[in-house]
Amino acid sequence: MSVNETLANYSNLLLYSAMASYTGAFLGYTMDLAGGAARAERSTALAAAPRELAMVGAGEAAVGYERAGGADVPVRVRRKSAAIAVSLTVLALLLHVAAVVLRGLSVQRPPWGNMYEFATAGSAVVTLVFLAALRWRDLRYLGTFVIGPVLLTLGLAVTVLYTQAGQLVPSLKSVWLAIHVSVAFISSALFTIAFSLTILYLVQDRRERQAGANGVPPRSFMDAIPAARELDLVAYRLHAVAFPLWTFTLVAGAIWAENAWGRYWGWDPKEVWTFVIWVVYAGYLHARATRGWQGRKAAVVALVGYGCILFNFLVVNIYIVGLHSYAGVG
Amino acid sequence: MSGTPASNTAPTLPRLGPVGTARFVWRQLTSMRTALFLLLLLAVAAVPGSVLPQRGINAGQVSAYLQAHPTLGPWLDRIGGFDVYSSVWFSAIYLLLFVSLVGCVLPRTRQHLRAITAPPPPAPRRFERLPVHRRVELDADPAPTLQAAQAALRSRHYRLLVAALPDGGHEVSAERGRLRETGNLVFHLSLVLLLVAVAAGHLLGWRGDVIVPVGATFSDAAANFDTIDPGPWVNTENLPPFSVSVRSMTVRFDEQATGSLRGAPREFQADVTSTAAPGARERPFVISVNHPLQLDGAKVYLLGNGYAPVITVRDAKGQVLYSDATPFLPQDGNYTSVGVVKVAGAQPQQIGLNGLFLPTVAFSAGKLPVSIFPDDKNPALALMVFVGNLGDSPSVYTLDQRTMSPVKNPDGSPVRLLLSPGQQVDLPGGRGSVTFERVERFAGLSVRHDPGRVWALFASIAAMVGLSLSLFVPRRRVFLRARPVLGDDGVRRTVVEVAALARGEDTGLDDELDRLLRALDPPHRQPTLQEAPA
Ligand code: HEM
Repeated sequence: MSVNETLANYSNLLLYSAMASYTGAFLGYTMDLAGGAARAERSTALAAAPRELAMVGAGEAAVGYERAGGADVPVRVRRKSAAIAVSLTVLALLLHVAAVVLRGLSVQRPPWGNMYEFATAGSAVVTLVFLAALRWRDLRYLGTFVIGPVLLTLGLAVTVLYTQAGQLVPSLKSVWLAIHVSVAFISSALFTIAFSLTILYLVQDRRERQAGANGVPPRSFMDAIPAARELDLVAYRLHAVAFPLWTFTLVAGAIWAENAWGRYWGWDPKEVWTFVIWVVYAGYLHARATRGWQGRKAAVVALVGYGCILFNFLVVNIYIVGLHSYAGVG
Repeated sequence: MSGTPASNTAPTLPRLGPVGTARFVWRQLTSMRTALFLLLLLAVAAVPGSVLPQRGINAGQVSAYLQAHPTLGPWLDRIGGFDVYSSVWFSAIYLLLFVSLVGCVLPRTRQHLRAITAPPPPAPRRFERLPVHRRVELDADPAPTLQAAQAALRSRHYRLLVAALPDGGHEVSAERGRLRETGNLVFHLSLVLLLVAVAAGHLLGWRGDVIVPVGATFSDAAANFDTIDPGPWVNTENLPPFSVSVRSMTVRFDEQATGSLRGAPREFQADVTSTAAPGARERPFVISVNHPLQLDGAKVYLLGNGYAPVITVRDAKGQVLYSDATPFLPQDGNYTSVGVVKVAGAQPQQIGLNGLFLPTVAFSAGKLPVSIFPDDKNPALALMVFVGNLGDSPSVYTLDQRTMSPVKNPDGSPVRLLLSPGQQVDLPGGRGSVTFERVERFAGLSVRHDPGRVWALFASIAAMVGLSLSLFVPRRRVFLRARPVLGDDGVRRTVVEVAALARGEDTGLDDELDRLLRALDPPHRQPTLQEAPA
């Protein structure tokens, strides 16, 4: 099997186009947030019931329903830039997925065999999960905080992590590469979005408590974002889906390790960090059920968990040598 | 309040006595807060092992670290820095965590078993106290309303308790989601089983590594391994009696790529035949990296490969003193390999050859030859010659430099031989000759037996199932009260009050009540919302 360079080059071109489209989407979401403060003023506070909002599909008319606090009357609010941003996100995702698929075709294997490929395929899953979550709830206010990191990841991928298309080392040749890694992607994507929500929750919570002291919270783009309690709940739901998937990642990794190296657990650095991440998020779920730890303290545990995910990807992959050293950076 | 100083300093601590103290400690240990603390501590404690080299993974790196850090190293060693995962403190944390787990989960299991058969609790008097509640008036009789409510709740898997009220109304309490708690308990108990399975694998399992050149046969016995690592309860006399012969090796490296990927490994395969016991039928198999050979009682993995140049040493009369495929251990990505030939039968002094095998040799002026590609495109052997007493060093890969000395050229520099395949050179001083016959490959096999493996897998799957139930099955109680009223217009109506309560985070309670009310009176009027903000 040889590497098809032409396909690999097309893949790179598509990725750059996706990045351009993401940039447009990013600007759209940000403008929407900026407009949100003004909107919030018009319709007093936003009620914490976004499931009542009619979801706006990509390309459809930019109309959502927002329920004003107290009154049960839908208020029609046009969010043009948000709708454009969603359309651009869909376009970007199509380009992005095409880039990943072409990369896979060029090397005739799953396109996640080194860090460049991890970063590009993984960030595509983040966008995909975000768009899927939009069908569940109107989370467009999160766009800036999801597409921003995706763009950052792609920027890092094409500059620092770029690796030419190549074949796999033998230990990666296994069906478990497809299973273990793709579930890890979905799980990490959920953790990423939950992380953004958790940060917003902490900021919003702080604002709300400040408002308690002097009446009205300082006006900012945070007016466009739901109340702290709602943010906390949505973040919890996402974490609660991500955690079992991470558990599966851990178990599937162990099965694969048993197949490839003759032991299912060997405290290799990558295994250690997968375990640490798992334990920290288990701590987060526990904290939510522990008196005195609900709310902000639990949120901080979740942030630590995400810090471990980033450390696992950026530091362990590149700087710590172990059996899993496939980074291919350089 | 007494005014004695003693009670002032410790006003909140009652005297417990030994039993009371023990109970107090036990209650603390099995509390959620302690569990959380131990979990976070476990995460922190696992980290150093990913930063410091670990003996169990790579003992060589540990020695190198100790040499590079002569002051810090021994200190770290004393506190278990190089054996983190078997250190006293790491074990203490996870054992305490599991004691806490058992102490917490067993009482909960007992409680849950009792609750499983109990009917739902009766409805509370004031529904306004519950997180969500509604009140509607329906143009219907209480009896069909009550029936519709029961049917709707049953179809959503609720268990019901119906009670008649003195004023002619009825009350329904409904509960669902016992699987949530069942799942949670299964999850936690599976973690205990997992720990037991891992421990069993450690105590009863073993692992041996051996290098087998192409053409050679390995018979499973403790003495035939290069290294063997048996668990404390393993009798190495009783290993299963199989044998494995390596017929050929297929090894491929990346020749197309440039830069750091050039020469990266692409394919390793060993064609073998195995027999379950001496005299049994031979069976062919291809071992590759993700495809181990499964034998009765053990699995054989292909974990390494390298070169075993066939080297022949003759004495001055041409008599063969040594002729063997001699494994050289690869040291880098280009398979620069080190090895030793020990010619114990040489006279008057024993001979040792020590040097490098270079699969694709390249020369540059003034430097030692190096290998520039891992495949054997242009192989060469570079050897130094030692004479003296080989001693009885157990390692086949090192010469004892204290009892052997290098053979020197007339100008005082050590003799270096450089051979390509088929080449023969004479040893200086009439000591005979060395021939590099040809290149063979070897397979690095790892044989592994772990009786806890299957149990660990079972426990992991049970844990995942339990976890999913615990996180995704909503546990809810729904209460309904239906009372007949006579309106001002003389029409009989029913006042329905409903309320719901959940265990844990549950964003679906509102929907649950909406659904229930819709079922009572399909196109029912807008309910009089009496929701208080949470
Ligand atoms: C090896 C250690 C432990 C791990 C990895 C662990 C993990 C978890 C996880 C991931 C959850 C959330 C999922 C669920 O609701 O089932 C959970 C819940 C829970 N754990 Fe643990 N746990 C451990 C030890 C303990 C201990 C020692 C206790 C008792 C003090 C405990 C009591 C609970 C309880 C009561 C819940 C349910 C919380 C709720 O209602 O949401 N766990 N545990």
